Amino acid sequence: MNGCMFNIDGGYLEGLCRGFKCGILQQSDYLNLIQCETLEDLKLHLAGTDYGSFLANEPSPLSVSVIDDKLREKLVIEFQHLRNHSVQPLSTFLDFITYSYMIDNIILLITGTLHQRPISELIPKCHPLGSFEQMEAIHVAATPAELYNAVLVDTPLAPFFVDCISEQDLDEMNIEIIRNTLYKAYLEAFYKFCLAIGGTTADTMCEILAFEADRRAIIITINSFGTELGKDDRAKLYPRCGRLNPDGLAALARADDYEQVKAVAEYYAEYSALFEGAGNNPGDKTLEDKFFEHEVRLNMQAFLQQFHFGVFYSYLKLKEQECRNIVWISECVAQKHRAKIDNYIPIF
Amino acid sequence: MRAYLGYTFAGTATATITVLVLYHVLTGKGERVSLAWFLEETSPYMWATTGIGLTVALSVVGAAMGIHTTGTSIVGGGVKAPRIKTKNLISVIFCEAVAIYGLITAIVLSNSVEEFAVENMEDSRKASNWLAGYIMFGSGLAVGLVNLVCGIAVGIVGSGAALSDAANASLFVKILIIEIFGSAIGLFGLIVGIYMTSRIAMG
Repeated sequence: MNGCMFNIDGGYLEGLCRGFKCGILQQSDYLNLIQCETLEDLKLHLAGTDYGSFLANEPSPLSVSVIDDKLREKLVIEFQHLRNHSVQPLSTFLDFITYSYMIDNIILLITGTLHQRPISELIPKCHPLGSFEQMEAIHVAATPAELYNAVLVDTPLAPFFVDCISEQDLDEMNIEIIRNTLYKAYLEAFYKFCLAIGGTTADTMCEILAFEADRRAIIITINSFGTELGKDDRAKLYPRCGRLNPDGLAALARADDYEQVKAVAEYYAEYSALFEGAGNNPGDKTLEDKFFEHEVRLNMQAFLQQFHFGVFYSYLKLKEQECRNIVWISECVAQKHRAKIDNYIPIF
Repeated sequence: MRAYLGYTFAGTATATITVLVLYHVLTGKGERVSLAWFLEETSPYMWATTGIGLTVALSVVGAAMGIHTTGTSIVGGGVKAPRIKTKNLISVIFCEAVAIYGLITAIVLSNSVEEFAVENMEDSRKASNWLAGYIMFGSGLAVGLVNLVCGIAVGIVGSGAALSDAANASLFVKILIIEIFGSAIGLFGLIVGIYMTSRIAMG
């Protein structure tokens, strides 16, 4: 019954999204890609996959940034096609996904203007999924309050920003705090929205978002060691919708070094496994890569169930990971630096 | 909105029933407020035709929901894998079969509706006519509900079949078997419905 009701509005798009997902590169494609000697070879191999002739019209000395742009362009076209055909509540769900890109764009623009870069140079660097009309006016803001009143009040991000309005100036530190506060509010709102949708969507999405929240909390803690960010301020940045909430977050707020963070993760089976093999030595995988791998695994699991919205989120995240993989491989190929070419994260 | 409509309906129904009951009780016709009176006085024609109507209506609704569920998935999956479109029509046909079960039952039922005169009827003939009316209603309702649920089940499995076929062509036959079993529960309803009508005699 649930399936019938879901398919009335979402059946076509779910089928389409699963069709897109079948175009994600397989392990065998990656094996071909890492054999490439030049970027032209890479282009040839990519032409044999679902990407087709997306690089056909590019002039011959191919650069990695062009490949990156084209990969992203293809993903954005697909996502916007889905968004344009969606109806409530799927359209709100897809909008929620774009909000995270909006946050990144805002932070990029503020940081850029702080360093006296012209806005026209920054706009092309923004992620197209997160672009909004008022983006070009962002350089007028000097304090968070001005930023809110002048730019963000009409965007969907306004309710997330309410927590960060203060009279302080925008400097490097404050920008980082704003980014993390925005992300916290965003993740919590997204989590609540998925819970409200309920059913299978809540089952799959809440797990992914809970992991995302915990990952942010752990990364914030690790990155804050040795900076002037106080423990109380740090605790305010943790998203409170993950598995770590509330005991783990309280323990993280008290942590003083990496070992203590690891000790907190020991209490959670899936996270302790991630910390287990992570390290900074050559040959080891970094903690960040481990987190990415776990995220890919969770996103893959979203495809094991039908009739829910999680597939759209997971598809976008998997595709992003694939873009990162291809860019990594092409960087390695372009710089003839083959030793680390295997460090991509396979999806299937 | 839905809750509001629900409350309005429930309130109106309760008020109507209360007024009718009070009217009958206060005007000295209280014996009419009884289930037995209702069952005895309603015509077997009413029960028979309601049963026939329900069997077709519910079956068609089930089939339609199933076809819709399957159809949207076939259309969506077919964008990137056009080869699934012909093969998966078989899921739509399974759903369609559900509507046909309802149709068959309705035809069989309406064949047994015969004319009879109520005046000067013997008790045994009356009993047999009344029994026929109730059985037709019961069998119509049974077949209708079975087919409604069967249509939904086949539709959901068919939608899964379409998407998995799009991802991996070797899965289609395996899921088709599940779909056949789903489709068989509609047949159970048909069999029971026809068996129930086998011993009725109207007229």
